[in-house]
Amino acid sequence: MPDPKELNVNRREVVVGTGACAVVATSPLLVRAQPAPVGTPVMTKVSFSVNGRSHTLELDTRTTLLDALREHLHLTGTKKGCDHGQCGACTVMVDGRRINSCLTLAVMHQGSAVTSIEGLGTPDNLHPMQAAFIKHDGYQCGYCTPGQICSSVAVLDEIKAGIPSHVTADLTAPVQLSEAEIRERMSGNICRCGAYSNIVEAVTEVAERQG
Amino acid sequence: MRAFTYERASAPAEAAAAVARTPGAKFIAGGTNLLDLMKLQIETPTHLVDVNGLQLDAIEPTADGGLRIGALVRNTDLAADERVRRDYGVLSRALLAGASGQLRNRATTAGNLLQRTRCPYFYDTAQPCNKRQPGSGCSALDGFSRQLGIIGVSDACIATNPSDMAVAMRALDAMVETVRPDGTTRAIPIAEFHRLPGDIPHVETTLEPGELITAVTLPPPLGGQQIYRKVRDRASYAFALVSVAAVIQQDGTGRVAVGGVAHKPWRLEAAEADLPRGPRVVTEQLLAGAKPTHDNAFKVSLVERTLGAVISEARS
Repeated sequence: MPDPKELNVNRREVVVGTGACAVVATSPLLVRAQPAPVGTPVMTKVSFSVNGRSHTLELDTRTTLLDALREHLHLTGTKKGCDHGQCGACTVMVDGRRINSCLTLAVMHQGSAVTSIEGLGTPDNLHPMQAAFIKHDGYQCGYCTPGQICSSVAVLDEIKAGIPSHVTADLTAPVQLSEAEIRERMSGNICRCGAYSNIVEAVTEVAERQG
Repeated sequence: MRAFTYERASAPAEAAAAVARTPGAKFIAGGTNLLDLMKLQIETPTHLVDVNGLQLDAIEPTADGGLRIGALVRNTDLAADERVRRDYGVLSRALLAGASGQLRNRATTAGNLLQRTRCPYFYDTAQPCNKRQPGSGCSALDGFSRQLGIIGVSDACIATNPSDMAVAMRALDAMVETVRPDGTTRAIPIAEFHRLPGDIPHVETTLEPGELITAVTLPPPLGGQQIYRKVRDRASYAFALVSVAAVIQQDGTGRVAVGGVAHKPWRLEAAEADLPRGPRVVTEQLLAGAKPTHDNAFKVSLVERTLGAVISEARS
């Protein structure tokens, strides 16, 4: 039997070697396809609060709210999935409304109040939605979960506020909570593991408890 | 993403002047479409003028009994407004059929009108696209064109306008109010706001450089049954293959605009007189001269069947 450590070393060497070859082979193409950013990075100051704490940051104007949370404030609960507003993993609440934090610039949020998953609950004091996701097994890998939970909490607020959805039958009547309403309103949060039915159960339970 | 400078505008005319005098400048409001395109370097502004502070976020009655929607009213707020739900149901329905809850919370009325096409070749920077790189050619003509346009297309571009909201606004005959860099204002009928591609598909609207949308006005309520029916590959959160915005009166007359088929919301007022005669005769006129591709020829009959479903729903 070969020594497992030796195997590891060998494999790493192989991986490094292959990587280097690939870089040499494709770099001229890469340079043409993705020209280096032109111009000097522009830094701007911005202040906003996250989960009740004020922060003042000096950021490259290109920094999204998502990257400000993760890379600058080290609040890594909010996840980067597609980075193009298609998956919902980056969902946070800004001034009480859920948005895709990947599709907004941090500098556009001067004075905003941001709530991320870290602001909803803690391991010792879970938000009811977090507890319901655990109870109903509303995840498998867990990567989309912070976004699913932030979105779910906001969805229940939106229903309470009387905001209609695509499946609301009567636009002039109060919105009725239903599975169809929850599914439609959660369609901006993709779960690659397919935990949807358990997510719907978790959200439904919290909604019913809130009355 | 390319580096850019950033400023917050405090008055509409000042914002328009800032964009007009700075080469490569763009407005940013919701940012949900622009930032996506900037990350892909399809849009490469060197300067962004943030218009979120312009206080253009009110929905107010107009003197003639219509409604004036501020450019910065978010899609969620417009769809949820009581007056819109009661008097302009087709607009509420169209908004709610588009995007996701998160996106509608950010996306603005003006930004929705200005969103770029979702043609896959516009997004693929390794392929020619006359809209992204004028004069480079159109990859979609011989490519994957299932989602793309069937009417009003050109040899340079078969892209579609992806907006649901604009289709309803076309059926309602909305007006787009703007301010120009010199401070003068004008109102553009929605029918004249979006262009057909012709040989300059990168020019998508009739706005002048630096011209800023300040509001969209709706005429007095039309009554009738207001329906927006969207046919798409998923039940939610997908762009339309075909959509129909309709206002149908009790006697069967009315107006219809079609989405997902052209570079602009597609409406032919002359065809509407035949609405009481059913969907086939209307569709024949609406889509006369259509030039579908092999991949999207199904859209011709899909328009007819979607219109048929809308007419049946209005009658029931």
